[in-house]
Amino acid sequence: MGAVAIEALQMAFVLLAAPGLVGIVRAVKARFLRREGPPLIQPYRQLARLLGKEVVLAHNASWLFRTAPYLILALTWAAASVVPTFSTHIIFARLGDLIVITALLGSARFVLALAGLDIGTSFGGIGASREVMFASLAEPAMLMIVVTLAITAGSTQLSSIAAFMLSPVLGLRISFALALVALGIVALAENGRIPVDNPATHLELTMVHEAMVLEYSGRHLAMIELAAALKLLLMISIIICIFFPFGLGGTGATGFLLGLASYAAKLGIAAVLLGIFEVSLAKMRVFRVPELLGAGLMLGLLATLLLYVSRSL
Amino acid sequence: MGLGFDIAHMLAGLMVLASLLLLYQDRLTALINVLRLHGFILALAVAWQAHIQSAPELFVSAAIALLVKALVIPGALDRIVERLGIHRNVETVGGIGLTMFAGMALVALSLRVMLPVTAAADPVSRQDIALALSVVLIGLLIMVTRRNALGQVAGFLSLENGIDLAAAGARGMPLVVELSVAFSVLIAFIVIGIYLFRIRERFDSVDLAALESFRGERR
Repeated sequence: MGAVAIEALQMAFVLLAAPGLVGIVRAVKARFLRREGPPLIQPYRQLARLLGKEVVLAHNASWLFRTAPYLILALTWAAASVVPTFSTHIIFARLGDLIVITALLGSARFVLALAGLDIGTSFGGIGASREVMFASLAEPAMLMIVVTLAITAGSTQLSSIAAFMLSPVLGLRISFALALVALGIVALAENGRIPVDNPATHLELTMVHEAMVLEYSGRHLAMIELAAALKLLLMISIIICIFFPFGLGGTGATGFLLGLASYAAKLGIAAVLLGIFEVSLAKMRVFRVPELLGAGLMLGLLATLLLYVSRSL
Repeated sequence: MGLGFDIAHMLAGLMVLASLLLLYQDRLTALINVLRLHGFILALAVAWQAHIQSAPELFVSAAIALLVKALVIPGALDRIVERLGIHRNVETVGGIGLTMFAGMALVALSLRVMLPVTAAADPVSRQDIALALSVVLIGLLIMVTRRNALGQVAGFLSLENGIDLAAAGARGMPLVVELSVAFSVLIAFIVIGIYLFRIRERFDSVDLAALESFRGERR
C-alpha cells in the first residue's frame, strides 16, 4: 500500500474514531458510578443532531467567530494526521515532529481563545483567560518533555523516537518514567479532563473549555466538539506512539494489520484507564491547577537533568 | 554496567524525586508519608549498591536504613503529630512554586559541581554522589523554607538520607561509621523530639516564628 493511501486511511480513522473514544470514556465513567450511561454511539448521534440544527449567532459576532470552528478542527486534524498512529509509513511522517504538533495545537488554542473573546460575554472572557493561563504552563512542560526525548533519541520526530523506543539499547531509564507522568499531566490539562476541568458540567465557576464555546450552536458546535474529541485522541496517540510503540512500524499487509489492531486495542485501554482515573479523582480548584502544571514542568525538568548523569552521556 | 547501572540510577533519581515531593508537600501527615517513602527508597538503593559492589556489609546498612529511617522515625513522627494534635498545613516561607524552582536549581547545581570533579571515578558511584549531593542540598532547602519545627525535622532527616546514599555509593566505607551515624541520628531525633514538646509547652505552637519574636529578633 502506498504512503498516500495509508495517510488517507489514518486521517479518516482518527476522525471517525474520536467520538467513539469519548463515548468509551463516558461509558466507563457511567459504569463506575453505577449508572446505565449513554450508548457508545451517543457522541456520533449528538454530532449528527448538531449538524442538522440551525446556527444561532449573536448580533455582534464577527467573521472570526464564524470561521474559528473550522480553523480549530482543521488545525487539530492536521496535527492528528502527522502522528504515526498505526504505521510509521505515512506520507507526513517526516512532519511528525513534536514541536510542529505543539505549535499546531497552540494555534488551535489561540483561535479558540479569540473566538471566546469575540462575542464579548463575560464567560467567554473567563474561559479564554483561564485557558491561556493553563497553556502558559502546559506548553513549557511539553517542551521540556520534548527536550528529554530529543536528547536521548537524537530527534524530535515521532517516528524516530518510536523506532528508538523499540530498539534494544533503551534499557531502564527513570527519565522516561518522569517524562511519561509529565506528559500525562500535560495531556489532562490540554484536554480539560478532570483534575483540571470537568468536561461534563456547565457550572460557570469551574469551567474552562465549555465557557469559551458557550455561544456556539449548530454545525459550529459540532465542529468544536469533534475537534475536542480529536484532540483527546491525538494526545493519547502521542503517548502511545512515544512510550508504548509495540506493534508499530511493521511493513507489508500483516505488519499493517497488526499495527491497526494493536493501535485500536491500546486506544481502548487508554480510554478505560482515563475513565477510571476520572471517577477516582475530584476536580481541583482553578487556582490549584498551576501547581499541578508546575509539578509537570518540574518533572520534565528533572527528567532532563537526570539524563546528564545517565549512561549515555 | 548495563542493568546494574540503570537500576542504581533509577533508585538515586527516585530519591531526588522524593526529596522534591517533600519540598512540595504542605500537609504534615503527607510530609511524613513521603519521608517514609524516602527512607524506603534509600534502603532499596543501598541494598542494590551492596548487590552490585558485592559488599555484604552494605546489606546491614540497608537493613538499618529500612528499620530506622523507613519504619521507626516516621512512626515516631506520626505519634508526635498525633500527640501534639497538629494536622494543619505546614507554613512555608515563600510560595511552593518558587521553592520548587530553587530545588530544581540545586539539582542542576550539584550535577554541575559534582560531575566534573568526579570525572575519574566509576560511573555508578559518580552518579550516586552527584544525586546524593542534590538530596542533601534539597534537605537544607526544606529546613530553610519551613516555619514548622516538624517540617525542619523532615528536612534534616532527608538530608541525612542523602549522606547515607553518598556513603553507600563510595566504596569501602566501614560499617562502624554507618552504625555510629545511624545511632547519632536516632539520638538527634530523640533530642529534637524532646525539644518539640518543650517548644510546644512554652509557646503553644511549633511554629518557629514564635521563637524569633521571643528572642526579640522581630520588631
